Amino acid sequence: MKITPEEVRHIARLARLELTADEVTRFQVELSQILDYVAQLEDIESGVSAEPTPPDQPLRQDVVEPCADPSALHGQAPDFVDGLFRVPRVIE
Amino acid sequence: MTRTVSATAISANVRSGETSAVDVVDAALERVAALDLNAFLSVRAEAARTDAADVDRRVAEGESLALAGVPVAVKDNIALRGGPTTCGSRLLEPYVSPYDATAVTRLKAAGAVVVGKTNLDEFAMGSSTENSAFGPTRNPHDRDRVAGGSSGGSAAAVAAGAVPIALGSSTGGSVRQPAAFCGVVGVKPTYGRVSRYGLVAFGSSFDQIGTLSTSVEDAAQLLEVVAGSDPSDATTRPEPVEELAAAIDSWEPRGARIGWPKEYFATGLDPEIRCACETALERLAAGGAEIVEVSLPHSERGVAVYYIVAIAEASSNLARYDGVRYGFRAPADDLQSMYFRTRAAFGAEVKRRIMLGTYVLSAGYYEAFYGKGTAVRARITSDFDAAWEQVDVLLAPTTPTPAFRIGEKVEDPLEMYLNDIYTVSANLAGIPAISIPYGAIDGLPIGVQLMGPSLSERRLFEVARFLERGVGSGSSP
Repeated sequence: MKITPEEVRHIARLARLELTADEVTRFQVELSQILDYVAQLEDIESGVSAEPTPPDQPLRQDVVEPCADPSALHGQAPDFVDGLFRVPRVIE
Repeated sequence: MTRTVSATAISANVRSGETSAVDVVDAALERVAALDLNAFLSVRAEAARTDAADVDRRVAEGESLALAGVPVAVKDNIALRGGPTTCGSRLLEPYVSPYDATAVTRLKAAGAVVVGKTNLDEFAMGSSTENSAFGPTRNPHDRDRVAGGSSGGSAAAVAAGAVPIALGSSTGGSVRQPAAFCGVVGVKPTYGRVSRYGLVAFGSSFDQIGTLSTSVEDAAQLLEVVAGSDPSDATTRPEPVEELAAAIDSWEPRGARIGWPKEYFATGLDPEIRCACETALERLAAGGAEIVEVSLPHSERGVAVYYIVAIAEASSNLARYDGVRYGFRAPADDLQSMYFRTRAAFGAEVKRRIMLGTYVLSAGYYEAFYGKGTAVRARITSDFDAAWEQVDVLLAPTTPTPAFRIGEKVEDPLEMYLNDIYTVSANLAGIPAISIPYGAIDGLPIGVQLMGPSLSERRLFEVARFLERGVGSGSSP
């Protein structure tokens, strides 16, 4: 399975990753190799899926609990002003 | 290097007043400071001394604490309130954990004292700790070799005798593989046995907090403390935690059915590791166990399944690192550029997995990759279910080779992935597994792995303890 540089750049856009030209070249080779390896699953019928969690997980009560100290969370933000997370310009 | 005093012995001595938690923790902090393996990313000396004094006060007040004064190291993707949780990543370098992970809360309640946070592959993605943004951890048995990964810092810290026990996490083998490489005991519990609240998400249907220790008894004691259901993690198992450490010495192999999965003994396995597994099987047989050959026909495809399903989950989980609410933010003039440049700070392996995960989930490829991956995952689980009809426990190698050299596999991601070939299946099926040190090749430790049905931890500890008695506890460099 051969991935093209255009595909690498397309996936990087979807994933919001800025790649250098070197990274595009490198990922083109490496992703192709890894996808060749996982192609060994092709002959297996799909349809059944499995998650390790049993389906009858009990759920907790849906009750609102107060956050102990919201300022400890806000303080993590690179830019937090007047109760808002501030980011660079979104639209012109 | 001095032989580690076990967590069980330390705790008994602190409870009886023979020694104090403060003295024990002081000594551990000295050993941590003297360690030269890049095993720790942060050490909390003052906070640990304060916590130890608090443990001494609780003991004096008559509290009976299972891990009284036991110094413990915690992998740096598990939250510890008031300190860093870097995940070995530049993106979380500025982050300060606002809360304790449930596993940490339980450690503290049991009287354990966290002395520091340990190195790991960035976001736990790797098998050598070489993907840490803060440099690789060295193997205490040979400094030019990797400690394994992704819980390499925790494994090396325990193996070097700095702390008797540590927490790690496993998505595809990240506790057992470094345990095998460093010559310590590593446990990947049943999926949902330990709360993931406060464990930074990688592959959420695989992730499980695990234990590293110098002995099986300490592993059982530590798991007994951190295991159990938690309202903050809906995937925790509701079943009560049974006694895991008490009387594990009394188990005898007579009547037990031990399976050896033939696919795990095929090509690519170091002959001396095969020989170690055969010796273990012979010991169990000599004790009266029935040894049964079983087949897990889909196990060879485990790594392929893992690198589709786990990376798909990872690409989704890591979308949250956008530079808005916490962590690193790259300067930019507009919002989209901020996302792209902030996320450019991920290391190569994390980018590779985000790219692959995004690819296999993208339009037109979803069914061909993710659909196939989950289907084969179901078959791997069914293979195990069929095996449990014939045997109680499976015995297999933990890794195909002993620890490799630093730098040996970094240029070949696929070869690095294949290091997980014997460990991924337990994560895919959500079953518990343990790796114990069982001999060495030219001074490099070998791990033998036991796997059992969901919630069979007690049985795994019993069999592991029986085997451990044959080789002595742990192996100190």
